[in-house]
Amino acid sequence: MEEKLYTLIIVTENNIGLLNHISVVFTRRHINIRSLTASESKIKDVYTFTIVIKMTEELVRKVAKQLEKIIGIFKVFVYEDSEIIHQELALYKLPISAIKSGINLEQIVRNHNARVLDIKEDYILIEKTGHKTDTQNLLKELQPFGVLQFIRSGRVAMAKPMKPLDDHLKEKEEAYDYI
Amino acid sequence: MATLTQTTKEKTAAPATQKVSGSDAVIRSLLAEGVDLVFGYPGGAIMPVYDSLYQNGKKIEHILTRHEQGAIHAAEAFAKISGKVGVVFATSGPGATNLVTGLSNAKIDSTPLVCITGQVTSNLLGFDAFQETDMIGISMPVTKWNYQITKAEEIPLAFAKAFYIACSGRPGPVLLDITKDALLSSIENFSYQKVERISGYYPYPKIDMEKVREAANLINNAKKPLILAGQGITISGAEKELETFVNKTGIPVAATLFGLTAFPSKHPLFVGMLGMHGNYAPNIKTNEADLIIAIGMRFDDRVTGDTSKYAKNAKVIHIDIDAAEIDKNIKTKVAVVSDAKKALEKLISLVQKNNFEEWLNEFKDLDKVEQDEIIAPNIAPKGKALRMAEVVHRVSEMTKGDPIVVTDVGQHQMMAARYYKFLKPKSIITSGGLGTMGFGLPAAVGAGIAGKDRGVILFVGDGGFQMTIQELATLWHYKIPVKIVLLNNNFLGMVRQWQQLFFDKRYACTTMHNPDFVKIAEGFGLKSRKVQERAELDGALSEMLDSDTAYLLVVEVEKEGNVFPMVPAGAAVSEMILKP
Repeated sequence: MEEKLYTLIIVTENNIGLLNHISVVFTRRHINIRSLTASESKIKDVYTFTIVIKMTEELVRKVAKQLEKIIGIFKVFVYEDSEIIHQELALYKLPISAIKSGINLEQIVRNHNARVLDIKEDYILIEKTGHKTDTQNLLKELQPFGVLQFIRSGRVAMAKPMKPLDDHLKEKEEAYDYI
Repeated sequence: MATLTQTTKEKTAAPATQKVSGSDAVIRSLLAEGVDLVFGYPGGAIMPVYDSLYQNGKKIEHILTRHEQGAIHAAEAFAKISGKVGVVFATSGPGATNLVTGLSNAKIDSTPLVCITGQVTSNLLGFDAFQETDMIGISMPVTKWNYQITKAEEIPLAFAKAFYIACSGRPGPVLLDITKDALLSSIENFSYQKVERISGYYPYPKIDMEKVREAANLINNAKKPLILAGQGITISGAEKELETFVNKTGIPVAATLFGLTAFPSKHPLFVGMLGMHGNYAPNIKTNEADLIIAIGMRFDDRVTGDTSKYAKNAKVIHIDIDAAEIDKNIKTKVAVVSDAKKALEKLISLVQKNNFEEWLNEFKDLDKVEQDEIIAPNIAPKGKALRMAEVVHRVSEMTKGDPIVVTDVGQHQMMAARYYKFLKPKSIITSGGLGTMGFGLPAAVGAGIAGKDRGVILFVGDGGFQMTIQELATLWHYKIPVKIVLLNNNFLGMVRQWQQLFFDKRYACTTMHNPDFVKIAEGFGLKSRKVQERAELDGALSEMLDSDTAYLLVVEVEKEGNVFPMVPAGAAVSEMILKP
């Protein structure tokens, strides 16, 4: 079966050790996590992990079920790229000489919908959000300036369907008995 | 865990409160959960708990095993026989790490345990203090849940959660790691309330009746159906329901190692054990069945052999409480995510009787092959040397399915499973998923306590026996009358068998130069005897069975005996072989 990029959105409690629990499910099966982002959700004390992995559909379904067994995990959503809106954030640090290099840095920043976050005596810091290809393209264009540092965040994603998280959680709760 | 108190729905009744120490709170919490017996081993960090245990008099009995691994295996067997949660105490560091094998064993075999480990004081956590080990990190992959308690006031709720998690849904082991300062400080208002629900934990899926109807439809239209009964039957207490279901439909039942006592072996529709060393007919027929009804089992690789060639002619109905088991190893047609009892209750009213006479006769034909080629020559061998099978067979004949049979891991385990005729529920205690050598003797301690009225027979090999041999002292100390049948071939028999079959008889490191087991047993205060001659066997077994106290019978068996039939590793179940 063909391997594809999947985005897992894991909705959890705010517990110490959950990240360890989650990563064990992947490491046991020798799966490399491509990116991982943790964040609060709109519900108090409910967190979301956004994990990007490349694997077959069969395997991702099994992994999702293993994850849902972990106590403290409410729900695991599995999405293909077409089902989500996703973004990553990248930061680029260039030497201040980049401004005076003769190439129009401002135009590059505008063309890429990036922005300048900070300018100091010796460096200039640029920020861009977008898909990995977008942030990567900007990196390529900035390389001639002598990029001092580059960093990209993990993916954050939202599903396209309009169903609110609260409804998903309520549905899950109602599908189970507890005693 | 900031949300520990916020996310748990507590019972509304509010009992009286009072000031107690953390370690007292541990004992009170255990009493509130109905615990009257724990297995354990004291040490520095857990000492306050032992002090509170002492001060609480005889309310909780403590079994001092001779090693923490012994404590946890004993607790596993105790839990399986008693239906209660097994409770273990161990100290920090080495005491706690000695539990890891047992935790792993309990996790894979779905055994409810609550293990309480001491931990260094919280201000020393992470400083490599004396006897400090990161038990939360170590035990994470081998527990259903674990939690580190660093404040005394967390104790009641953490315990309530631990007990609820251990025994609800698919049962499993829980570890509570408690820092010494939490045990020594006090709680202003101790009150204990059992929990009925935990946020982010979904133990009992509501049954989907649509799936049940689909399953019933497949069952009613099957021509060659086969039931695979697993431990889920025992855990959910569905033995009666299974029998009713089988009697109503007329469908043959095969059992996994753990399903062996889920269905009476004397029933005419019982067709034997599945798996690598199971019976011939159910393995071969799995690949001819047009419908597999798997109930409370997980298609372990020892059951399926090569999954790409497993049950390819069958539609598969999988009934299991753990949704993660569905489609994990074998693709299902219909999945009923539910405990076995509820699912069978619903199914019974929807199924009808069909005539499977021809199908059943096919099983009988293969049974005859196995009977003639394997069973008969093994229970009444022509050669001089005693065989494991005949010893198990004689014990089975003489005890008539009454006692609890405990085994270790290896050839003797498969022989016990194959040749003992199980007639009652909860009659076999063994290490299934993990295959833990050294499990048997300590498990017999726990089974002997929980199954006092039934008695315990332990079948053990010379290898596994020596891994936890120190627990003979526990048998003696607590006067637990376990009858041990040591099937001694002076080999690590199962590994040797594989060396013979698949490594061209290169017996690397499997020969055992054994001590005098009789003398050892006598040193531990047990009665003991050794037999080598067939003529002495029945007399020796009678003497052992009649003994009021623990007894070690050392039976010298054929050195290079093999367990057959066998599904070779990587082969299909239908490629089961009867001889090398």
